[in-house]
Amino acid sequence: MDLLNALLQGLLIGGLYALFATGLSLMFGVMRIVNLAHGDLAVVASFLALALVSGTGLPLWVVLLVTVPLFALLGYLTQRVLLQKSLKSGPLATLLVTFGLSIVLQNVLLETFSADTRTLDGGSFTTGSFEITDSISIGYLSLTTFVLAAIVLTGIQLFLSRTGLGRMLRASSDDPETANLVGGDSRHIYGIATAIAFATVALAGLMFAMRSSFDPSIGPSRLIFAFEAVVIGGLGSLWGTLLGGMILGVTQAIGSEIDPALTLLAGHLIFLAVLAFRPQGLIAGRKS
Amino acid sequence: MSLTRTVTDRAAAAVDVSRAARSSKVAGLVMAALAVLLAGLPFLVFADVTDTMVNLFVLVALASMWNLLAGFGGLVSVGQQAYIGIGAYSVIAFADLGVQPYLAIGLAAVTCAVFAVPTSWLAFRLRGDYFAVGTWVIAEVYRLLVVRVSSLGGASGKSLTGLSGLDQTLRGALTYWVALGLALASIAGCYLLLRGRLGLSLMAVRDEETAASSAGIDVRRAKLLVYLVSAVGCGAAGGVITVSSLSVNPDAIFSVQWSAYMIFIVVIGGIGFIEGPLLGALVFFALQQLLADYGSWYLIVLGAIGIAAALWLPRGLWGLVRDRTGMSLFPVGYFVRMRESDAGTR
Repeated sequence: MDLLNALLQGLLIGGLYALFATGLSLMFGVMRIVNLAHGDLAVVASFLALALVSGTGLPLWVVLLVTVPLFALLGYLTQRVLLQKSLKSGPLATLLVTFGLSIVLQNVLLETFSADTRTLDGGSFTTGSFEITDSISIGYLSLTTFVLAAIVLTGIQLFLSRTGLGRMLRASSDDPETANLVGGDSRHIYGIATAIAFATVALAGLMFAMRSSFDPSIGPSRLIFAFEAVVIGGLGSLWGTLLGGMILGVTQAIGSEIDPALTLLAGHLIFLAVLAFRPQGLIAGRKS
Repeated sequence: MSLTRTVTDRAAAAVDVSRAARSSKVAGLVMAALAVLLAGLPFLVFADVTDTMVNLFVLVALASMWNLLAGFGGLVSVGQQAYIGIGAYSVIAFADLGVQPYLAIGLAAVTCAVFAVPTSWLAFRLRGDYFAVGTWVIAEVYRLLVVRVSSLGGASGKSLTGLSGLDQTLRGALTYWVALGLALASIAGCYLLLRGRLGLSLMAVRDEETAASSAGIDVRRAKLLVYLVSAVGCGAAGGVITVSSLSVNPDAIFSVQWSAYMIFIVVIGGIGFIEGPLLGALVFFALQQLLADYGSWYLIVLGAIGIAAALWLPRGLWGLVRDRTGMSLFPVGYFVRMRESDAGTR
């Protein structure tokens, strides 16, 4: 029964990984940018929420409603001011800029909030759970996170496939020059894509913060989760990312069932196995 | 045929093609003198100066290796700390077996080459930016595996044995010379490697992989070679770090911070120039000393300068120097000069 429980918990956290990985996948899919600051942005969102909660005393859900749009705006600006410029300077430049951003964010957080480990207290909601059988119980937070992830992913999928802006986004991703010819402004569209990516990162960051403790240096290891979910699922496929996140979550849960120290290693090993035997990922999306 | 010959002859008559910039020969002498001076430094200054210099030499070596990988091989890795860690732990392990730690540095470099072969097989499945993050994951895997080996000290790390018999002054001087040797060897190694046929192939592969491969270059072999050399260099650097600090901690030695150092040094100094890592390491080092009292602020400044350099100065400081003066200390390309006007361009 322990294994079944691990499986279920793994699937649920897989939803969070997928939500978190969506931004990475989207930015790579549309702009060919691998955002190395992705994990640190989530941590920045966590610290921002922590500061808002302790500073203003607002309830957590209000903080969430403030943080996510704020990050969307931040994303749009980052793209227009920083990343757009780097896109012109070649592929190495985008990597260097996001890596530089990662180092800067980490150390600014370190200087501002010190290296202490924090948690975002969500009250009884984060600790409460309901039992299905004697050995299987589902946390309210895990379930909510999963449902939220599914809603966001479906929303992005619908946005990409049904709306005019979404179509333009896909067009820019395939061929920015031609998209510009038919009336798309690739700079604005890239800004929108980054805004969505940043908003999902903020949401995922807050969910992470309620589940487990965080500190300024944890961003890179979070980035690696997202990256693994994207590669396991297959580049350029949103549902692949969900599948990848779930596989990563389940593998980690089973690994920790065997030995808690194996949690991370099990995830990395399944990633390397996919890389070795199915480098295009489980659901092959568009060619990158 | 004869027409082609006529055209090429006429073109060749109008220009001089040579490796050396006008400054290269003078610069060569100056650098040789500088190397001799640096080698004599332990006799001239106090040990705290030479101890600090060890860090600089390690940074020069690491940055040179990253520059070889990314600047000439086009392989942008964020995971070279894997080899720094493997090198460091190899020295610890060989010392436990009774090997003299300074000699173990050489063995550590070889060990890294052995690990790099299967690793490259996995990492080369990823391209571009994904290669970068993939190498990072691989470095994490090595860290997590090393932590599980209890004879290597597990998560808390381990001290180096086998150096306690040495006099402290002698040990400091030996470490300094080994570090200096490593820095000089990595610069010389890059220079010799890039002057040869491999250098040409690498630059062709970096600039246009498909075209290079259709011109008969074995792309995979060229990339593998550069990856192995870089692994060996970083492994030796990891070994030097261990003999200098006398202990190893898995989280510190496998930290992605090493990659941050390497990348920003090279980007600020000038990627794709052998002089770049040298200049960048000096800037980094000055920054580190200058902001030493302000915690991790030097990293914030470094990251910001790195971003600015990537955006506005893609060829780094050395690119700027070179554009202004045409100077090249380690010419790996060719200088083509018009005979009459003597206007030097690459």
